[in-house]
Amino acid sequence: MTVLLSANEVAKEITKRFPQAQAQASNDAVLLKGEALFEVAAFLKNSPEFGFNYLNYITAVDYFDYFELVYQLTSLSHNHTVVLKTRCYDRNNPVVSSVVRLWRGADLQEREVYDLMGIRFNGHPNMKRIVLWDGFQGHPLRKDYL
Amino acid sequence: MITSPGPDLSQYWSTLAPDWPGGFWWHWLVFSVIIIAFVLLLVMGFVYIERRSMARMQVRLGPNRTGPFGLLQPVADAVKLLLKEDIVPNTADKLVHFLAPIVALTPVIMVFAVVPFGDGALLSDLNVGILYVVAVASVASVGIFMAGWGSNNKYSLLGAMRDVAAVVSYEIPLVLSIIGVVLMAGSLSLNQIVQAQGIPFILFQPLGFLIFFIAGCAEINRSPFDLMEADSELTAGFHTEYSGMKFALFYLAEYGEALALSSIIATIFLGGWRGPLLPPWLWFVLKVIIVFFVMVWTRTTFPRARIDQLMALAWKFLLPLALINILITAVEVLAWPEGLPWGLIFVNIAIMAVLVVLWSRKFKLGWGRVEV
Amino acid sequence: MVLKTEPFVLNIGPVHPSTHGVFRMRATLDGEVIVDLEPVFGYLHRGIEKLAEERTYTGVIPLTDRLDYLASMSNNLAYVLAVEKLADIAVPERAQYIRVILAELQRLASHLIAVGSFLNDCGAFFTPFLYMFREREKIIDLFEMLSGQRLLYNYMRVGGFNQDLPDEFLPALRILVKSMPGYVDEYDRLLAENEILLARAKGVGILPRDLAISIGASGPVLRASGVKWDIRKADPYSIYDRFEFDIPTGTVGDCYDRYRVRIEEMRQSLRILKPALEQIPGGPVKSPVPHYLHPPAGEAYARIEAPKGELGFYLVSDTSIAPYRCHIRAPSLINLTALRDMAIGWKIQDLIIIFGSIDITMGEVDR
Repeated sequence: MTVLLSANEVAKEITKRFPQAQAQASNDAVLLKGEALFEVAAFLKNSPEFGFNYLNYITAVDYFDYFELVYQLTSLSHNHTVVLKTRCYDRNNPVVSSVVRLWRGADLQEREVYDLMGIRFNGHPNMKRIVLWDGFQGHPLRKDYL
Repeated sequence: MITSPGPDLSQYWSTLAPDWPGGFWWHWLVFSVIIIAFVLLLVMGFVYIERRSMARMQVRLGPNRTGPFGLLQPVADAVKLLLKEDIVPNTADKLVHFLAPIVALTPVIMVFAVVPFGDGALLSDLNVGILYVVAVASVASVGIFMAGWGSNNKYSLLGAMRDVAAVVSYEIPLVLSIIGVVLMAGSLSLNQIVQAQGIPFILFQPLGFLIFFIAGCAEINRSPFDLMEADSELTAGFHTEYSGMKFALFYLAEYGEALALSSIIATIFLGGWRGPLLPPWLWFVLKVIIVFFVMVWTRTTFPRARIDQLMALAWKFLLPLALINILITAVEVLAWPEGLPWGLIFVNIAIMAVLVVLWSRKFKLGWGRVEV
Repeated sequence: MVLKTEPFVLNIGPVHPSTHGVFRMRATLDGEVIVDLEPVFGYLHRGIEKLAEERTYTGVIPLTDRLDYLASMSNNLAYVLAVEKLADIAVPERAQYIRVILAELQRLASHLIAVGSFLNDCGAFFTPFLYMFREREKIIDLFEMLSGQRLLYNYMRVGGFNQDLPDEFLPALRILVKSMPGYVDEYDRLLAENEILLARAKGVGILPRDLAISIGASGPVLRASGVKWDIRKADPYSIYDRFEFDIPTGTVGDCYDRYRVRIEEMRQSLRILKPALEQIPGGPVKSPVPHYLHPPAGEAYARIEAPKGELGFYLVSDTSIAPYRCHIRAPSLINLTALRDMAIGWKIQDLIIIFGSIDITMGEVDR
């Protein structure tokens, strides 16, 4: 049975090492500050007791005031999972750092989030639209699109 | 001269021999008409046979609506193709594009000039018969390359390049396997090869037959070597840009080549028109249809080989076997100059089995099993 | 003397006899060898995630059919599991058993098409494809008995099923389960040792283990690369923990391994179906759920082992009758990330085979 790690425990571990991440638990997920996302993700992937080598999905939700990015990570060997979240408060030009260098699977998924939600990812090798054509204006999945 | 059992029709043929006054042109006219009619009719028959038997082997019915048992399906196909608009790409090389189907089809019909339909019944009894066949059949690949180049289309070009590479590679085992038959018959003329077959040569030359069949299938782009027109990869290969009557000519050329190959196999390995009871031309047609059926059978069954695997098969597998075949046949012909005893049939089949198994060991791919 | 050559760009697709759906690849070729590959898709994008925000929770179920249109039951199942997790709804026993039966039947049908079209890409001119379709017709007939549809079933509901099984379903299913292993063995016998198939598929398009994990691959693609990860065993949903079955894994991760894994998975599905048929209890098939469901505010992620991989639904609810956000974790899209790495260095014919062996459905990739 895949164990969903307790968000409080994971947040405590993260705050020990990365206090600037301001990790806190928010209904079963660990909420981080955007700037520290890459280091925390790298730590979660490489540390032996967590070992999250498998990225399930990356998605984004539009909550009017902010965009919330959701990452779910799984460790195949330990069989536990954790959900990470960050928030982008800038509506016109939201930017987050990309995790492509850690998990290759983030490649197409981050392009999709950019295409449909408009969130750019720093460090992504090929930040282009993926399901819509290149000249499309707007980002359809936002709540204020239609 | 060995004659076939049954009614002696040679008196009729000999009155049309080329050496009587005015006889040459009558002979030529009658046989040209017979050959063209034979090719066209039998190609349509082949289209029908292929579609029906392939469908049956694939758990479905095949065409059965047009005419009784779907027999008029090839006619319907021909009519449809004639009525289609002939589209030539704007940037294509017009002359090359126009001439390609003609260059691809004509050699195929020319092959039948030396194929005997009965005892002495052929358009011209060339004494280099089988060499003529090999030479003329290679011209067809020029037509295919012209089609690929003249279409100004990357897919067509890829298909045409592959085809030329494959045809050139497979010419060699093809020709070498014929040499075994020629050694046994003592002549290159197809008429004399048939007359020398008291026992069909397939029994004396099982290895030669196998090599000829495989090399022949590769020459005419039939499965499992049909990557030149692989529908699931390159749309349609070299004839992508052809429509209407020109496409009909390519279609005709493809089945015509299959017919030519089946006729040659029937002639040099299965004994041509020889057989009891039935008239000779009927035996010939029956044997041709049987060989074609085996070709349809292999098409339905096997997946396709990749181009470099195709070439590896030609150069590393078929060529050495063909050479060994010539060696063994030469030894046997020298040891029994007045005719081979039928006991050698079993020896030859055993040799073939041993050689094929031995050689295929070198080609065997190692495979592991899935752990469950 | 060095021959001067230059690579040329070949555009494969979007309309092409062997790309499964509308998928375009721009391949840079050096002769026949692929030097670079750029997949382009989005031709089937219908905006399902956005549409889902305007329909009721039950109204999203027909939308989920059209994701992986060759395995609709699995899509329905993943979605209703997510809604039930969000709204905390329990499902009666009989409905759980029926769900397992339908999911495994759907896995059989989907793998039959996958193997059939893989062999079609290899060049076996439709013969294995049509043989497998003959079996798939029987499965589709069973589904038609239930839902009246042959392809897009729209059958599962939040809380179970609207109607119980018709009387003729279980006897027909028993006949199918008895005859199916014989057919799977027949296909295996005809195809597994075929020299040409081995030459085409063995060692071609290898997906190394580390790359597979890093991509987030799932399903037969991941298992063929040697990772023993199956959600039915690792994170059992519904009542899968009551059944006994093995997880076939490959060793190398080439096309042949993916083909073998799918054939073995068909056998394991039959192993699940047999006891499920025996043990199915009576009882209600739906737990009472209000017509317009207002789940409590929150979010839930539920995933299943769909035939193509890990299919998951991430639902966010704000107590209105429609989901606030519905994200679909599509296995085909994520498995596709590896195509470029797998294909570089091989020839065009191998590209077609590699693409066919990943087994994607464009409905999922584009959504």
